Amino acid sequence: MTTPKPTVFSDVPDDDDLGDSGLRVVRPIMIDAAGVDFYYGDVQALFDVTLSVPDKSVMALIGPSGCGKSTFLRTLNRMNDIIEGTRLEGTIRLDGEDIYRSDIDVVALRKRVGMVFQRSTPFPKSIFDNITFGPRIAGVKNKAELTNIVERSLKQAALWEEVKDRLQESALALSGGQQQRLCIARALATNPEVILMDEPASALDPASTARIEDLIFDLRKQYTIVIVTHNMQQAARVSQYTAFFFQGKLIEVGRTRELFTNPKQKQTEDYITGRFG
Amino acid sequence: MSNLPEFQSRLASRHRWGRIFEAFCLSATLFGLIMLAILMISIVWKSWGWLDGSFFTNFDSRKPEEAGVKAALWGSLWLLLLTAIFTIPIGIGAAVYLEEYAKKNRLTSFIQLNLANLAGVPSIVYGILGLSVFVRMFGAFPLEEKKVLELSLWFTTLEIPLPFGPTIISGALTLSLLILPVVIIAAQESLRSVPPSLRHAALALGATEWQTIRSQVLPASVPGIATGVILALSRAMGETAPLLMIGAVSFIATTPGGIESFGDIIRNPGSLLEVPFSRFTCLPMKVYDWISFAKPAFQHVAAAGIIVLMGALLLMNATAVFIRQRFRGSIQW
Repeated sequence: MTTPKPTVFSDVPDDDDLGDSGLRVVRPIMIDAAGVDFYYGDVQALFDVTLSVPDKSVMALIGPSGCGKSTFLRTLNRMNDIIEGTRLEGTIRLDGEDIYRSDIDVVALRKRVGMVFQRSTPFPKSIFDNITFGPRIAGVKNKAELTNIVERSLKQAALWEEVKDRLQESALALSGGQQQRLCIARALATNPEVILMDEPASALDPASTARIEDLIFDLRKQYTIVIVTHNMQQAARVSQYTAFFFQGKLIEVGRTRELFTNPKQKQTEDYITGRFG
Repeated sequence: MSNLPEFQSRLASRHRWGRIFEAFCLSATLFGLIMLAILMISIVWKSWGWLDGSFFTNFDSRKPEEAGVKAALWGSLWLLLLTAIFTIPIGIGAAVYLEEYAKKNRLTSFIQLNLANLAGVPSIVYGILGLSVFVRMFGAFPLEEKKVLELSLWFTTLEIPLPFGPTIISGALTLSLLILPVVIIAAQESLRSVPPSLRHAALALGATEWQTIRSQVLPASVPGIATGVILALSRAMGETAPLLMIGAVSFIATTPGGIESFGDIIRNPGSLLEVPFSRFTCLPMKVYDWISFAKPAFQHVAAAGIIVLMGALLLMNATAVFIRQRFRGSIQW
């Protein structure tokens, strides 16, 4: 890890910042985006976005549809690269390393930055094979090791108890909420440092959503999580930091509690009070 | 409103048109079915009593009672096998390149357009192509002195005639060219039907493009690709014109490579390598040949040949349907 910079957020102490010993924790920056412009062909989707995400915390990206929050999320593991004609200017650092440098291998990057999509996307294979896909393609062959990874990931994703007796059954037989937790487990199996979530609960029923939220709450102790959500209550519940995007620009970023109770920008206030979007 | 007399009379007319349209669609369906039934009945009628065990074990003969499809059956089998060997990797490779790797630009849309056009080129044209490219090799080798390329293998010597001449390999390469556009298009459609989210999920887990294609995209599109390949192969199996053009013989009293059973292959594996360079005949050629014979009895022999050909085609199409049904159950998006 390079020189840990202090977080850019206000110095007002927060319960979340208290470690187990009760002492205040200063989190280093995990993701550091500076002056990011992003283009789909000739259409500019992001304008000069500068945003830092502290290590082992949850950053929620909120904003109306088409505001660029998902685009920004996908710049973090370079998933936008697979869309033809896209272009990024500015820098994005992951743990101090510029991920858009020409010698960066996106395959290695995506192992470090996992992603969970809006619609659960289990492979049409067994639960076991779904979880082990990431480790296997990275070259893990040892059966015992794979079995351990499956158990660890499923436990982390709070799915182990429900599926431990049917690991060889098709993942498509799981319910929607279980499938999404399976996708989270699958992302955890490659041991990422960062997990990106693109509206992970928007297609789920309230009970499943609550489980996903609980899960995010637990995972943030070990991982840096960036989550795009349309649901502001969700953002308030799971995140320590919130960034509000509007028309491709980052309008405001801050501690979730502050941003929701005392927004500094008019547009943020209008959005969170439901006056638009 | 709805009890206005005007509305009522129009309503009756609207329903009438609905029934007329349904009747039209039904008769269109029946038309095809009835034609097929007439064809099948007339052929079965004609071939009655001619299709027996010896029909499969006899070579062709000038006597209609002794004529059989042995050479044609083995010829068709090898031709099909070799065509499949050439077509499957090239067809899937091209489809994967066009769908997964190629950038969507003018060049690829031009290639796409030409593929669609090639799929519509008459088969006789492919015959001409096959004749000059594979059979004669543009006359690059003089016909008077037969040139043979000898390759020493550990168990036998492989003799490759140059040019290929009217052999199975020429026929198979020609048929491959003929069905490749169809196979590529079918495989592309199948690849396209794999949801992009599956690719994204694999890529996001740190899979390379090749790993994504190999482990997710191809397995998910196998049923579609297999169906397309089998249907294209069954088309190739029924082709006569290009094989006539490249000079497949109609009368031959040997099977390719002299192989008449699987035991022969085990006893003499070297004969397998002779197969591609053997002269051959095949089922549709044989049928075409018999029909043109003067003796009326040969019409019955031809009918029996058609039954064998149709049986083989039916078997292949049934396999295609089976694969489709089988995999439809196991993969759902």
